Amino acid sequence: MSEALQEIKELTDAAYQYGFSTDLDTDIAPPGLTEDTVRLISSKKDEPGWLLEWRLKAFEAWKSMEEPDWAKLEINPIDYQALSYWAAPKQKPVLDSMDDVDPDIREMFDKLGIPLHEQKMLSNVAVDAIVDSVSVTTTFKKTLAKAGVIFCSFSEAVQDHPELVREHLGSVVPVRDNYFASLNSAVFSDGSFCYIPAGVRCPMELSTYFRINAMNTGQFERTLIIAEDDSHVSYLEGCTAPQRDENQLHAAVVELVAKDRAEIKYSTVQNWYPGDENGVGGIYNFVTKRGRAHTDAKISWTQVETGSAITWKYPSVILQGDRSVGEFYSVALSSKRQQADTGTKMIHIGADTTSSIIAKGISAGHGQNTYRGLVKVLRSAKNARNYTQCDSLLLGSECGAHTIPYIEVKNPSARVEHEASTSTVGEDQLYYCRQRGMTEEDAMSMIVNGFCREVFDELPMEFAVEAQRLLSVSLEGSVG
Amino acid sequence: MLHVKDLNVSIGETPILNGLTLDVGPGEVHAIMGPNGSGKSTFAHALAGRDGYKIEGTATLDEADLLDMEPEARAAAGLFIGFQYPVEIPGVNNMYFLRTALNSVRRVRGDTEIGARDFLAVAQEAMDLVEMKPDFLNRAVNAGFSGGEKKRNEILQMAVMEPRLAVLDETDSGLDIDALRIVASGVNALRGPERSMIVITHYQRLLEYIRPDFVHVLVDGRIVESGDHKLALHLEDHGYADFVNHDLNDAPERSLSGAAR
Repeated sequence: MSEALQEIKELTDAAYQYGFSTDLDTDIAPPGLTEDTVRLISSKKDEPGWLLEWRLKAFEAWKSMEEPDWAKLEINPIDYQALSYWAAPKQKPVLDSMDDVDPDIREMFDKLGIPLHEQKMLSNVAVDAIVDSVSVTTTFKKTLAKAGVIFCSFSEAVQDHPELVREHLGSVVPVRDNYFASLNSAVFSDGSFCYIPAGVRCPMELSTYFRINAMNTGQFERTLIIAEDDSHVSYLEGCTAPQRDENQLHAAVVELVAKDRAEIKYSTVQNWYPGDENGVGGIYNFVTKRGRAHTDAKISWTQVETGSAITWKYPSVILQGDRSVGEFYSVALSSKRQQADTGTKMIHIGADTTSSIIAKGISAGHGQNTYRGLVKVLRSAKNARNYTQCDSLLLGSECGAHTIPYIEVKNPSARVEHEASTSTVGEDQLYYCRQRGMTEEDAMSMIVNGFCREVFDELPMEFAVEAQRLLSVSLEGSVG
Repeated sequence: MLHVKDLNVSIGETPILNGLTLDVGPGEVHAIMGPNGSGKSTFAHALAGRDGYKIEGTATLDEADLLDMEPEARAAAGLFIGFQYPVEIPGVNNMYFLRTALNSVRRVRGDTEIGARDFLAVAQEAMDLVEMKPDFLNRAVNAGFSGGEKKRNEILQMAVMEPRLAVLDETDSGLDIDALRIVASGVNALRGPERSMIVITHYQRLLEYIRPDFVHVLVDGRIVESGDHKLALHLEDHGYADFVNHDLNDAPERSLSGAAR
């Protein structure tokens, strides 16, 4: 192994920063998944009958389904009966102010660099903090309410705005959509809910911060964002988890509804625990994310995926309305023994619909990175346009990068472009930077960040800085 | 300033430099000329610390033992290489790269780092030197640059880095006459009593613009002839044939004790 390769290895084997766990008093259900489990969750949350019915329908569907095996992933068998489907930090049921947040939880978020104290917030971001799938607090609720924006936990939305939830839940990702989405629909515990009224431009960035803390629990969050006509919202999510030796299942569902001329920008910085360099432990991140864009609406997904042992995730846009726009910008890093099979689906239904896809895959260590993307143009989608660009960067000689595009075009007026490239961080580039005085570590970080530039440019400012730092940390190590 | 003694460099089993000895004093400009494969670029990269070379001998810059240092430490010690083939770094803003480079060496030297705003003035001055338009700084490092732009960018970097010793490796290759003039006038503007330069070139043409104090002929990994700029003119007329055969009988009459002190 050359010196540069050796150093890349050291860089990418760096320790995970967020691996601590917090000793929280947790309300946890016994392991196992039956119809009774679904009923228990629903009753714990005091849900209306229609929602229990909906969950049970999903559970019936799930029982008849098989785990998907088409992805380029090696997954240890998951024993769904060994998992616990309900874990919640015990605390007072109602929060009047931030001071009521459990001090242990506050300390945990402080340690993660997420201030829950509104006075201490540096930036104009409202946060919904979710621990083990239960929302513990949401900041800036009052400010948002003045603008008519509803931003709360999913459970609160079910109680306070049942008509909105009932109308839209499952409208983009139906209960029978896929194995993990059906499982989520049956047992989801909490998540974020967001409603932007017609004509409103949300006055601040909304964000959800997910933290897995408990052991041996599955994590099933549900996020629903509804943007009414002519509204606009930018939404961010971040995720971390403690370092544990067993794999933990995280199967979330996110549904976005962008009505006429609305715009939703959804950004993710995913940093779940990736497992160690031997592939022990780490989160299984099996997530279904999809948006429906109505006439002249725009949905934009941006993701920076650096964590998880396995990522299985294809944020998609159904371009239903004429002239609707879908975008997907992605950076996925697989180092150590991480595997990522991720990409997007752009389903063109309306006329003059446009989608663009920019996917950057970085593979290091023994990481395996697969881009899998579908561009589907239906007969109705006259003059549909798609541009796809997939770039892979290989750091080292034992990792892999794979690009698997699927293109299905039923309307001859469509124009679909696909570009792909694979490159390595050259020793020439490192040497050039070092001759200019930079350390090898700084040079590597600069080159990799440069590779991701087009995607980082799409992130809101607060997250762009965070993403760059995260990428550097993920590649950081004991050089020299 | 720079003292190189008995430098032997091989790549794998192939010897490239065979006992190269060269001294460069403060403020001096030395030209190294020689045929393809004579080891000119290897000399530059051996000084800079590129991977993959087996090296014997000594090379010191201001008393610092270059051969014992990491490439970035050599840069901080004041060594700058103008690359023959500048490397492209997509997505990395040229201005950001320059500022990171400058601050990296300043940090090592114990100087304060320069903020983005102050750096703009530093960069502007350097830009004027190589007659570059402002948008040049906002493009990615060398990505999509023409050959001439890449070479001008090297001189721009040199101007920002303010090195003690600059080794310019075939900076004239691939330049049209206008670009050559711009690059050369940039180099000349950066000459000074505290800065030395080694200009590696095939052609005498560059030396019409950058008048060297000494000219050396490098053949088969060692300096076989040294003189002043007239030596370059001789090479222009007669090529390297006189030296390649190690037969110096046809060489112009001159003392060999001149530059290779």
